[in-house]
This record gives sequence, C-alpha cells and structure tokens, in this order.
Amino acid sequence: MTPDRITPTGTAFAAILGKDLRAELRTLQSLPAMGLFAVTTFVIFRFGLDRTTLSGSLAAGVLWATLLFAALLGVNRLFVAEREQGGFDAIRLAPIDRSALFAAKAAALLAYLIVLELIVVPIFALFFLDSAAALGPLAAVLLLADLGIAATGTLISSMAVHSRARDLLGPLVLLPLLVPLMIAATGASEPLLALGGPGYHRFGTWLAVLGLYDLVFLLVGYAVFDFLLED
Amino acid sequence: MYSQGLRPLSIATVVALAAGLALVFFYAPLDADQGFIQKIFYLHVPLAITSLVGFVVGGVFAVLHLRSGERRWDAWSYVSIHMSVIFGVAVLITGSIWAKASWGHWWVWEEPTLVSFLIVFLLYATYYPFRYAIEDPERQGRYASVFAVTAGAFVPLNFMAVRMAQSLVHPRVFATTNGGLPGSMLLTFLVCLAATALLWITLVKLELTAKSASGQLKRLRRALEGPVPRAGSRIAPEVS
Repeated sequence: MTPDRITPTGTAFAAILGKDLRAELRTLQSLPAMGLFAVTTFVIFRFGLDRTTLSGSLAAGVLWATLLFAALLGVNRLFVAEREQGGFDAIRLAPIDRSALFAAKAAALLAYLIVLELIVVPIFALFFLDSAAALGPLAAVLLLADLGIAATGTLISSMAVHSRARDLLGPLVLLPLLVPLMIAATGASEPLLALGGPGYHRFGTWLAVLGLYDLVFLLVGYAVFDFLLED
Repeated sequence: MYSQGLRPLSIATVVALAAGLALVFFYAPLDADQGFIQKIFYLHVPLAITSLVGFVVGGVFAVLHLRSGERRWDAWSYVSIHMSVIFGVAVLITGSIWAKASWGHWWVWEEPTLVSFLIVFLLYATYYPFRYAIEDPERQGRYASVFAVTAGAFVPLNFMAVRMAQSLVHPRVFATTNGGLPGSMLLTFLVCLAATALLWITLVKLELTAKSASGQLKRLRRALEGPVPRAGSRIAPEVS
C-alpha cells in the first residue's frame, strides 16, 4: 500500500469518535447506568457512614470512590460493540493508523466521564456539601483525573474484552493501576472540600502528579496499542 | 540450554546466603534503638529491592518479546514476574513482623515504602488471572507483555504518589538508603543483597530449565505419538 492511500489519522479519529458518541446517544447503554449507579452510591454512603453532610477527606473519599466505580461501568462496555459486531476486524482492515482507535476510544471515555461528572458532581454538592464554592477548582482535578482514567481504562478494556471473564478482569487489573491517581485526586480534593471554604494545600503538586500519571499512561497506551490489535 | 551454568550459580548462591547469614548474626552490631529485631532488615530490604527490580526486569523482557515476537522472551518475563511475586509475599510477611516488633502493630499505614509495595504487589497478583482469562496462547503472551510493560511504568509512579501522600507529621523511621549505616552494617547489607539477587537469578533459571525440560518431553512424546500429558498449567508459556 502506498502511503498516500492511508487515511489521515485525524479523519479516522473523528470518524471512530463520532461513531461511538452517536451510538451512545442512540442506545444510551453506558451513561444513564453510570449516572444512576453514582447517585445510588451516594445514598448508600449516606447511610453507610450515617452522615448527612460531608467535608474534607471524607467528602473527597466518597466522591472519588463513587466516580471511580462508576467509571468502571463505562470502561467495561467500551469495546463490547467492537468485539461483538466485528469492529476490530473492520479497524484491522481499514487503511488507518491503529493508534487512531486508541485515541478515539480514550476520547469517547473521556467524554462519558465529563458528562457523568457534569450531572453527578452537582448532585453530590447538593446532597452533602455546605457550599458550591469548591466546584470551580475541583473541575481542574476532575479533568486531569478523567484523562488518566481514560488512558488506563482504554488500554485495559481493550485487553479485557478479549478474555473469558471480561467484566471481571477489567476492574481487577484497573483498580490497582488507578490507586496512584486516586491518591493524587483525593489529595487535591481534600483541602478543597474542607469545612470553611476551599483550601489549596499542595494543590499544584497534586495536579502535577495527576498530569504526570496522564502523560505516562497516554504514552504507554500509544506505544503498546498496536500490539493489541494484531491477530 | 537454560541449565547452562546452573550448578556454579547454585553453589555461589548457597555460599553467598551462608556468608550473608553469618555476617548478620555474628558480625553486624546490634542496632542501638531496636536491638535484635533490626536484623530482619537484612532480609526484608534485599528481598524488596530484588522483587521490585525483578518486576522491572520482567517488563524489559516483555519489551523484547513485543519487539521480536520470540516466545522465549515471554517465558523469561513470566518467570521473572512469577518469582518476584513470590519474593513479594516474603517482603510483606517480613515487613509485617518488623512492624509488629517495632510499633506493636502488624500493619502500619504510615510506612510509605511498605504501602507502595502492597499496591504494586496487588497489581502484579492480577497478572495470573489476567493470563488465565485469555485462551489463545499467542494472544495471551502478547497481552501479558503489554501488562508487564504497563505495570513496569506503574512501579515508580506509584512509589512517588504514596510517598507524597504521607503527611509531613510522620518522619521516616527507617533509612532504607545506605546513608546512615555504619560500615559493618553496610557490608552485611550488601552481601545479603547480593545473596538475595543470586537466589532470584538461580530460581528463575531453575524454573526455566524445568519448563524447558517438560516442553522437550512433550515434543518427544508427540514425535513418538505416545500419550501427551495435559499441560500442567494453562498460564505459563511453553518453553522450547
């Protein structure tokens, strides 16, 4: 094949991402489930912890544990259509750079997570927080953490979907991988959600850790993703 | 071919281990603060270092496997990670004993190195179910290598994050770097480290030799059209 007949990666990326978002909008397979799961988990924490308001480390822990587990639901479904309806074969046949698939799937997961958080984090604030003052700076933490979850989630999900116990394997491998991300995200959120207004203790450092995590796993994903599509 | 040099290597390991233990009990001075229990340091820390380096070495073999496509590198990677997980169990147990003796608790969340190690260990423990869940052997090897590379990148990142999460109120109680050690302790520690590393290498070579022998046996049986025994393990790569 001559190089000029390869579809530009940008076009392929946009096509796959557009397909994914359209499919999600029409079937609503992942997002409503993730949202419902998150809100129900808040209610469970309300009774599990027997608290009506949360602040500081407890608030950060509840928020991030919930978001992480809700994200796992989306991660599990990310490649199911590709596997069951021959999408992987189509990608293999298409004259495109394979990393376009990784980038598009990670972008789709990122979009799901952002939409999820746009709905669920205000509900969290409404349920548990005294004021919404922390939500502004919290958005930066959320965005950086989402990027990391999207990178590792896409990588693990693309492998887990080929396994026998795919719903089991994804969370099993992904959770320990996400521990450093969880540490940094809760570390940054804890002072933000503290009683008496948001604080910024070591805020920049934690954001830098999150950024480093994103960078490392986006690069790893980009480097190894080709090997996952060979057959 | 894997058995080459195994005998001298085993002898060197035994000698180094014996020398290390002799130094620990008869040469290294008692620690002024912690007394006798501090001697577990000569076992715990070399095990931890060997185990972590072994994980990273497994990742390097995985890169070789992905680049060359030769299955023997997958076997090297698998055995490296396998041995490091076993060493990891010993690290967690000796760490627990040390924590119990010096703090009175079996588990101490304030020790960042031990906590980081637990997280790394949990991640690598999923390597087995991960391999087990993928049936096609070729794909299994490829995915396992991707796992090993990803996890190898994870190890330093995780140590950094956990170290930073410790509030500054808790000083680090043990200096795991050699900075504060007197010469006799440092010498003992280095001998123990070398002995543990030798032990790791010997065991890795031994396991590869065993795998290679059973692989050859299987091929011979197949050539003679005799009964081929069912594979003992579905997750270990076959070695030629």
